[in-house]
Amino acid sequence: MPTVNLTVNGKAVSANVEARTLLVNLLREQLGLTGTHVGCDTSQCGACVVHVDGKSVKACTLLAVQANGSKVTTIEGLASGDKLHPMQEAFREHHGLQCGFCTPGMVMSAVCLAQNHPNLTEKDVREGLEGNLCRCTGYHNIVQAVLAGAQAMRR
Amino acid sequence: MYEFAYHRPSSLADAAKLILEAGDNGKLMAGGQTLIPTMKQRLASPGTVVDLGALKDLAGIKVEGNAVAIGATTTHAAVAASKDVQAKIKALAELAEGIGDRQVRHLGTIGGSIANNDPAADYPAAVLGLGATITTNQRKIAADEFFKGLFETALKPGEIITAVGFPVPEKAAYMKFRNPASRYAIVGVFVAKTAGGVRVAVTGAGQGGVFRVPDMEKALAGNFSAKAIEGVKVAATSLNADIHASAEYRAHLIGVMARRAVTAAG
Ligand SMILES: Cc1cc2nc3c(=O)[nH]c(=O)nc-3n(C[C@H](O)[C@H](O)[C@H](O)COP(=O)(O)OP(=O)(O)OC[C@H]3O[C@@H](n4cnc5c(N)ncnc54)[C@H](O)[C@@H]3O)c2cc1C
Ligand code: FES
Ligand code: FES
Repeated sequence: MPTVNLTVNGKAVSANVEARTLLVNLLREQLGLTGTHVGCDTSQCGACVVHVDGKSVKACTLLAVQANGSKVTTIEGLASGDKLHPMQEAFREHHGLQCGFCTPGMVMSAVCLAQNHPNLTEKDVREGLEGNLCRCTGYHNIVQAVLAGAQAMRR
Repeated sequence: MYEFAYHRPSSLADAAKLILEAGDNGKLMAGGQTLIPTMKQRLASPGTVVDLGALKDLAGIKVEGNAVAIGATTTHAAVAASKDVQAKIKALAELAEGIGDRQVRHLGTIGGSIANNDPAADYPAAVLGLGATITTNQRKIAADEFFKGLFETALKPGEIITAVGFPVPEKAAYMKFRNPASRYAIVGVFVAKTAGGVRVAVTGAGQGGVFRVPDMEKALAGNFSAKAIEGVKVAATSLNADIHASAEYRAHLIGVMARRAVTAAG
């Protein structure tokens, strides 16, 4: 079985996986990081979004072996201790979630988007979150949360 | 997904050797954004996967004279963000920015897109519309010879795309009427005025994949304006019909998207 070596949320991790193991399965089942969700079979919902070497990707559409040697950040890696990441705080503040199933993916996509755009507009946010589906909120408060979170990240 | 043997070669020569050895049972993988979903659905079940991800030489963008060369494993995000592509062929950068979503664009590659030749994919329209040249580890293939029908290309078993060379056009634009859920093209039209003449390529609509529209090209050669193609109709007979759009609707959309593209090209 192939061995993969990763840095997950700042910690070195080594695991034996089948070649077909998806990164999301490694994270959830072998590493116990169940904050990354699986919401579909078709690579469309974005509940599984994590950062691989600083880029948001769908962990359900990447083999664990493809990520070998990479730095992976999951939703569990955003907060520092008890202090939420500004984007997480903004989702709470702006009621950017209802059931919360899509939220980890939304937050991870949003953080990557904000890191790459110095001055996000509402249009940028709506386009930037096209790969993340939410069945509950109607998106309005998510967009408000991301705009606020992006501003807070710059402070 | 069924289990398979995974290889991540560090040279093109090794990749070529591994994929030839695997024979019919082998699949190349670039971004995996088409291959992995198909393997998850068990529509593909290769015994061997040869990952091109470690071949760093295959990724990158170079301006060479009056052409832009894009390495096969260059991601959609990298093409969209490239200052060179934006400056030389803005329509191509915009097309890349409109593929799927940010997460798909972070991994999906130009080589994977054109090798796959999905009838609703965006890049085939640009490759055919600009008259690009596909370079493989064996030869160069002109766009007009490359796309052979639904998910079919001129690539031989085990042949690896290394780069795509796009001649810089005088003007060009791409307009897509997209499926709101997948962002794939229901109809996409790429229009370019190039040194070799006007080219119009349509994706999303054809039963045999991407195709050119000679009648529009002729009309635009004399008069590059939306008005010049107002009367040009594409017959619905060889167009796709599915839950998203009828063949007649697609025929209508080709006219609308082509006129919008001509106007956008300026
Ligand atoms: C949710 C979602 C939405 C999408 N929306 C769009 C869209 O709007 N428009 C669009 O055009 N596409 C869309 N795509 C597809 C996406 O653009 C893929 O990235 C692309 O089609 C395939 O590129 P890849 O690098 O991921 O290839 P892979 O999935 O790795 O490979 C695809 C095929 O190409 C072959 N291949 C790969 N590289 C080479 C090479 N260098 N030489 C020879 N053969 C090669 C492989 O063997 C395989 O058969 C979408 C995908 C997803 C998951
Ligand atoms: S689980 Fe739906 S996109 Fe990954
Ligand atoms: S909050 Fe329920 S899916 Fe988004």
